[in-house]
Amino acid sequence: MQIKSPTFLRSLTQTLVLPLLSVVTAVLVGSLFMLLNGYNPLAAYAGMLDGAFGSPTSVARTLLSAIPLLFSGLSVAFAFKGGLFNIGGEGQLFLGAVASAWVGVAFAGLPGVIHMTLAVLAGFIAGALWGGISGALKAYTGAHEVITTIMLNNLAIILAGWLVSQGGEGQTPGPLRDPDPLNIVPRTAQVAESARLPVLFKLGSESINFGLILAILAILIIWWLVWRSTFGFELRMVGLNPSAGKYAGVNVKRTTITTMAIAGGLAALAGAIETLGRNYYFAPNFNTGYGFDGIAVALLGKSHPLGVGLSAVLFGAMDAGTTRMQLAARVPSEIIQIVQALVLVFIAAPEIIRFIYRMRLEKEERAALSAGWGQR
Amino acid sequence: MDPVIIAAVLSSALRQSTPISLGALSGLFCERSGVINIGIEGMMLMAAFTGFVASAVTGNIFLAILVAVLTGMLMALFHGWLSIQFKVDQIISGTVINILAVGLTGYFYTRNLTTQGKLEPIALPGLSQIPIIGRVLFDNPPITYLALVLVFVAHFVLFHTRWGLRLRAVGEHPRAADTLGINVIWMRYANVVIGGALAGLAGAFLTLEAVGSFERGMTNGRGFISLAVMIFGKWTPLGAWAGALLFGFTNALQTQLQFSGLGSVIPHQFVGMLPYLLTIIVLAGFVGRARPPAAVGQPYTKE
Amino acid sequence: MSDIVLEVRGITKRFPGVLANDQVDLTLRQGEILALLGENGAGKSTLMNIVYGLYHPDEGELLVKGQAVKLNGPRDAIGRGIGMVHQHFQLIPVMTVAENVVLGEEVVRAGGVLDRAKAEQRVRDLSHQYGLEVDPAAIIEELPVGTQQRVEIVKALYRKAEILILDEPTAVLTPQEGEELFAIMRELAARGVSIIFISHKLKEVLAVATRIMVMRAGRVVGEAEPAEATEASLASMMVGRDVILQVPKAPAKPGDVVLHVDALTALDDRKHQAVSGVSFEVRAGEILGIAGVQGNGQTELVEVLTGLRASGGGRVTIGGRDLTHATARDYTLAGGAHIPEDRHRYGMVLQYTVADNLVLNYYFQAPFARGLQVNQPAVDANAVQQVKAFDIRTPTIDTRGGSLSGGNQQKVVVAREVSRPIKLLIASQPTRGLDVGSIEYIHRQIVVQRDAGCAVLLVSAELDEIMALSDRIAVMYKGQILATLAAADATREQLGLLMAGVH
Repeated sequence: MQIKSPTFLRSLTQTLVLPLLSVVTAVLVGSLFMLLNGYNPLAAYAGMLDGAFGSPTSVARTLLSAIPLLFSGLSVAFAFKGGLFNIGGEGQLFLGAVASAWVGVAFAGLPGVIHMTLAVLAGFIAGALWGGISGALKAYTGAHEVITTIMLNNLAIILAGWLVSQGGEGQTPGPLRDPDPLNIVPRTAQVAESARLPVLFKLGSESINFGLILAILAILIIWWLVWRSTFGFELRMVGLNPSAGKYAGVNVKRTTITTMAIAGGLAALAGAIETLGRNYYFAPNFNTGYGFDGIAVALLGKSHPLGVGLSAVLFGAMDAGTTRMQLAARVPSEIIQIVQALVLVFIAAPEIIRFIYRMRLEKEERAALSAGWGQR
Repeated sequence: MDPVIIAAVLSSALRQSTPISLGALSGLFCERSGVINIGIEGMMLMAAFTGFVASAVTGNIFLAILVAVLTGMLMALFHGWLSIQFKVDQIISGTVINILAVGLTGYFYTRNLTTQGKLEPIALPGLSQIPIIGRVLFDNPPITYLALVLVFVAHFVLFHTRWGLRLRAVGEHPRAADTLGINVIWMRYANVVIGGALAGLAGAFLTLEAVGSFERGMTNGRGFISLAVMIFGKWTPLGAWAGALLFGFTNALQTQLQFSGLGSVIPHQFVGMLPYLLTIIVLAGFVGRARPPAAVGQPYTKE
Repeated sequence: MSDIVLEVRGITKRFPGVLANDQVDLTLRQGEILALLGENGAGKSTLMNIVYGLYHPDEGELLVKGQAVKLNGPRDAIGRGIGMVHQHFQLIPVMTVAENVVLGEEVVRAGGVLDRAKAEQRVRDLSHQYGLEVDPAAIIEELPVGTQQRVEIVKALYRKAEILILDEPTAVLTPQEGEELFAIMRELAARGVSIIFISHKLKEVLAVATRIMVMRAGRVVGEAEPAEATEASLASMMVGRDVILQVPKAPAKPGDVVLHVDALTALDDRKHQAVSGVSFEVRAGEILGIAGVQGNGQTELVEVLTGLRASGGGRVTIGGRDLTHATARDYTLAGGAHIPEDRHRYGMVLQYTVADNLVLNYYFQAPFARGLQVNQPAVDANAVQQVKAFDIRTPTIDTRGGSLSGGNQQKVVVAREVSRPIKLLIASQPTRGLDVGSIEYIHRQIVVQRDAGCAVLLVSAELDEIMALSDRIAVMYKGQILATLAAADATREQLGLLMAGVH
């Protein structure tokens, strides 16, 4: 890329200042919380840093949390670019996990690469369909995606739960439940070796799987798709000004559906990678809110694929460091949820940061999400 | 069907509709003044929690309701601060409220608190003796009564008072209201905070009247369902109430189905999907049928 | 003098990069109709917004009835007896006339409960008193614009306005409705109301004003008595040079029919019939102008033709191809170009760069797209060329479209639309809100296209624009074309009557 004059550097610092200040301020407010509750914030954050980066194993755990966060963050960021707010990451992630587990179990015997590809693809497609429903509802009826995606979250989680449910009391077990009678947990059977994501390398006692490569690929592909492809030209146009999109001959309905479908697929990949790369089965309790965290990851990353990558690592570090923090300072792990929520508050409302630090920041261009309830 | 069962279903429907109805009224006051409130869910959750804590600590359940309502108002003030003052996208601001509520309630929940009982039904003398209707309408706990009254109060305020006229003006055409000397920013703040109070009351209902204790994420999407109901009711209190009753009825039926023998035929999970499916159907079917307040979602900038 | 009701002394108002008002002085006497004349951007509206308390002046003072006042908002202005009817009506469409009138000063019973009956009676009384017929219980959006304007005047009178500011009040009226408004203005003035009347239309200023002040570039450049002024003298005062009111053009050489429209119908956003059975044709090398007061279906007609709105029936062909149910993309590919009436909504993406805006609707074609990818070097090369060819004033081709001036934004739209091979150009309100220089430039471009053999459909609410450019003129009224005339034979009076539905 060609660097164009000092304005480029200035806008780069402008871009970085706000996220950094947001994180720092959130950490400070979090400290205040801990102090008020009688904990030692220094010990807590030291514990967290140690837990996130203190050893090869820690670094590996940070990375392993960052991968699903990256996908759910990219999902939100991509939809943002098209003027849509995908809060449905959670449900899409569940369905992605179930679908990839199903293919992983049911098609055992396929050659390795093909089976793995199919299983990943199945996850993507399941999420794409789920996201696409919200897109279609928006395009054809005007139902706002924020509400439909949240409702679809609930539906997906119930559906996934039923698929692997125990049964009993006159009810038959779910169709995807592990048939092994010795297993008393509601979950699928183990996916076949051939469907698992290969281990790339060991870091401490953790293994980093092929998901890392997929994550890097996803950053590149999404960047190209948004900023370089003709579809991206249409996507951003529809996001910024749907009327102009219509004037320019873009099929706004189709773009809306496609955008939500791709966003859904991306979030679902987080579930697929967790299933095929780490757990090797699907159980309804596998997820720790990666879908929702994607919102904060996307906003902190300014909806730019590279920024999303960085903020996914940051959030991954917070996740990985919590246990150590809890042990070191006896702080309840939920404090990290508050810190993360605060990061979101500050990044979503940069005006608060401006207000606190009495600084001037350039107003950024963002597609309006709240342009009413109607059809686009 | 057995009249006892009918009465049980109807009375359960009414109570189940209470938080939805209150949530929809909350959305109404916000949206009629031009502010989308996607954060009702978070306001409810937070208020449910603080109300519960207040009840556990003080043992005074009415003080607890007050605390819940104040919590809702405080959260709403924050929503207003972000979206009216700083012009943060209202959808983002509401989402921030929701996530913050999950984080805060999750963090503080770990303390072991025991409940101090909950609000019990008060049978209105005489009226509650009427067959079926009496049990359904006149033998309810206080917040359920209050919610019923508030539906009509909201209708009256919105369409028959000076406050209501100005509130609607600000949500339809803030510039016009401004040129006539109406303080748009103040009106929006005030109504968003009223909305917060209503969401807070809905939260109080959950912990102090319906369940008697707090569970994580216990709002279960009710805030969002409320918004769908508000749209279903074409942004009117009476219409929203009708929608809330429909949801309450679905919920009551769902409970009834689970107790009856049907559970072996239809997995209970499928029955549990009903309210969410219904929300989507309602939303898809009714958005666009009615006109939302013209200025909803747009921050107002004085020239 | 005691009969001076309003005095403005040395008012200066700056906006970022613009000096909107520069040391403006103005006096208004009781019962006079003072016309404030000037072209778009001359600072008339800014000045009046200051008088109405919407803006605060950077320097200078306001005297109402000899008393220096500081207005902190419209409420203060209303309290001083100043009322304003804005160019864009400040009415709430879904509410009744009475509700709109009383809003902010409601008639209430105890506890803030509205007294609707009394409010409606007050409105009825006022409308009788000044001869302004309005039904207090009617819903605003169901009323014709002329009536809505009367509601605005009643609104001001309800607040006991003694000074009434009318901002471009005739922009949305037929010439006949305009006459009615002038009668109302004279009636009000006779009853002692003092009126400031903002306009850029010379004829009506001469017709109704008792005194004329001309503004240019934020300053008062002259004053005149209507009896002594002429259109030409006012016009040169307004723009600071002699204006060419005519667009130089040779007689048209019409060729084959390009656009053929037959019994076309369409609904508006509220699902009411907006276009009811319109038929016409436009030939290569001619300009067909569609005259009409805004809101008579022109917008919907253009949207159907350009693929932005579904047609309700009838048939459209372009160059013989059926495009009745075309999308915007089909229209573009059939050789159609479209200068939309609302350039901010349709014509450009304000956040996109000038370069991207210049390929907004054919980014998908070679050379601007290569496979699935946008060919940015080609897009940039195109931009460099167009910026030069159309004299678009922009710092760089990577500047955001939204930061250009209105005239330059419109040049971006025009450049994009006419710089590719086209058969048909549909231009809707192409010069609305632009300065004189840009207007002349865009008019010339439209004639150039005609002379190059393109069929041109021009839709404008400005009768002067229609008359200056068109070879034939069709008048649209209530969704129908009442008549089509040769431009050479058409007179203002004739067109004005047709625009009012009289034929």
